[in-house]
Amino acid sequence: MAVAGTSGTGTRSTGSMVAAASTNNVTSFQRRGPRASGADSGCSRLVSIAGTRRSVRNGQLLVSTGLPALDQFLGGGLAVGTVLLIEEDKYNIYSPLLFNYFLAEGIVSGHALLVASAKEDPADILQKLPAPLIDHSYKKECDEDICGHKMESDIKMKIAWRYQLFPKMEGRPVLSSGFGHDYDISKRIPQELIETSKWHGFFLPEKISSTFNVESCSLTSGYMKLLQFIQNIIYEEGFDGSNPQKKQKNILRIGIQNLGSPLWGDDICCAENCDASHSLTKFLYILRALLRTSLSACIITVPTHLIQNKAVIARVTNLSDTVVGLESFIGSEKETNPLYKDYHGLIHIRQIPRLNNLIYDISDVKDLAFKLKKKLFTIEVRENFYV
Amino acid sequence: MAWSWEALWEWNAGKKPAQLRVQGPRPCARLCACAECNRSARFIGCGQRNCACALLPRVPVWWVLPSSLRSIRDSPSSHPGPPCVLELGMFPELNNLLNTTPEGAEQGKLTLLCDAKTDGSFLVHHFLSFYLKANCKVCLVALIQSFSHYNIVGQKLGVSLTAARERGQLVVLEGLKSGVDVFFRPREEPHPLQFLREANAGDLQPLYAFVRDALQPVDSGEAAWRCPVLLVDDLSVLLSLGVGPVAVLDFVHYCRATVCQEWKGNVVCLVHDSGDTEDEESDVLLNGLSHQSHLILRAEGLATGFCKDVHGQLRILWRRPLQPTTHRDRSLTYQYKIQDKSVSFFAKGMSPAVL
Repeated sequence: MAVAGTSGTGTRSTGSMVAAASTNNVTSFQRRGPRASGADSGCSRLVSIAGTRRSVRNGQLLVSTGLPALDQFLGGGLAVGTVLLIEEDKYNIYSPLLFNYFLAEGIVSGHALLVASAKEDPADILQKLPAPLIDHSYKKECDEDICGHKMESDIKMKIAWRYQLFPKMEGRPVLSSGFGHDYDISKRIPQELIETSKWHGFFLPEKISSTFNVESCSLTSGYMKLLQFIQNIIYEEGFDGSNPQKKQKNILRIGIQNLGSPLWGDDICCAENCDASHSLTKFLYILRALLRTSLSACIITVPTHLIQNKAVIARVTNLSDTVVGLESFIGSEKETNPLYKDYHGLIHIRQIPRLNNLIYDISDVKDLAFKLKKKLFTIEVRENFYV
Repeated sequence: MAWSWEALWEWNAGKKPAQLRVQGPRPCARLCACAECNRSARFIGCGQRNCACALLPRVPVWWVLPSSLRSIRDSPSSHPGPPCVLELGMFPELNNLLNTTPEGAEQGKLTLLCDAKTDGSFLVHHFLSFYLKANCKVCLVALIQSFSHYNIVGQKLGVSLTAARERGQLVVLEGLKSGVDVFFRPREEPHPLQFLREANAGDLQPLYAFVRDALQPVDSGEAAWRCPVLLVDDLSVLLSLGVGPVAVLDFVHYCRATVCQEWKGNVVCLVHDSGDTEDEESDVLLNGLSHQSHLILRAEGLATGFCKDVHGQLRILWRRPLQPTTHRDRSLTYQYKIQDKSVSFFAKGMSPAVL
């Protein structure tokens, strides 16, 4: 709010603003340093990490969710250090798609992955990720770049890929430095990409021991083990800045599927007044604490339609940062409604966090619908035709 | 009818009146053509010769003034001093509405901030910067966000939390960071957040002990800080972590007894109103706190839904203890819009976007 005064009265007011600011050794015009959560202790300006970008509003570090359309409605992307909660649709058909997009984006950008599931082996989940759309057929000008760089670089790339050559990064092959890619759902991700990526899997039936452990601190043992696993990975791989030998900073993408379902040992979906009703909320709090102090982003899918206690849903929403709800039309009366005939469901963006800011990027559009085409999952603004 | 900049300068004792906030819309918005008024959109009668605001006799200038400035307008020389310090930082408009100044902040009060269907954290930032500017010793129990979040927003509001922490004015308990420590690396000595490790979260006694140690007035001869202030953001997350509502109410009661009664300080806490989600624990907590607080600020989302220009509605309720004059509880309602560095308040239906 700069009142640029040309008259005498105006300059006095700007003078006071500058004076007040300078006494605090802070001006509002200072370029904001990196807000890398947890790594801000003595960390110099972050070199740009592949697959991330800074928000235009407040310089927040963002990662893509895998769907550029969803990124746009979330204010540019998912902030690093936050949780994206997906409220599953009724038959759990479309939420795994968003989950897979998130993970595929991580592989393509070269991020580390941590996949946790109680239902499916993480290795199988990774096999089913969508393949990135190869767009060299559209971008003709990159052909000579690709040929030229393929000869020079040491990276063994078997796929013709549009990428910008970064100054030599040892070790990790950078597949694409862009932000947000398109994926083809009908094809599986190439095996080479999975093999070159760094991923950790947590499959609950393997980790849980056969002996019954006494539940301590009111968390179910599944959640407890998962939290310890995540904390181990963050600490050992140095995502929280604790390992200064790490030359390259990378993002850890955590994906937890079907959190809160009975497969995790939580009966919050089964009964209205369950014994361990604080298990899920405590888990989310500790997870939030872990994420805020490390360079990671997390996606969680929760079957909120099964949770009978509305208070718990409200608490879960409050403890998450970004909340997106999916409502599919399958089996509901909206399936035959002519207003919705072009779409497969609605997307509700229930919450967007205010991080380091009083305001947030909220789009004006509240009416979003999604459609699953043969190759793409699209999100569109729902158009109303008034008869 | 209009007063000049010089008169304003005088009664502000040489301090630069950065902005002159007024309640309500500017009646001469469409009429004033002078550069000063148009540029800031807040001045009433800048005193310039060609300012139309001052010249029109039928414009009811006085009803848009804050009440404190009305007397100034009539007799600028007889007023004892500036009624409100309009510094940048905090939300000066909210200070006007609450009729408080950092210098004249009341003591011994429990202020309850609650939000329903919207995010009321801007109120926490306001009170944090307000009390830091008022030279009070502040203990911030930040359970839901990291310290850097408050710091960066505080810088926008004109206070530096890191500097305040270094000079001892601010003590912060970072719930997220110390929660990880307590959870994964438990130690023997009591920790304010040790209820995270316990199966049946008992009480918040260690947390109260932390607050008490942080805000203990130090008898060091020179009176460093004005009064101790406890700021809790927020109490509803304690319910999510397994602490019972009665334990939370006990904690607030202990803090109030120590900080408000004994040390004549203030307590400010934020609670989420769960609305119609039938959260009994949250209702118990909210009702219990509403009963004990002196001032309630309730931020609500608009009943009609989302609006780009009006982010919500703020209801201010002054609750006075039983007095001989038995005032009825005074209540005001304003709508607000949050901007990058401040929040603007206006009467219902008087949003600048609407007018």
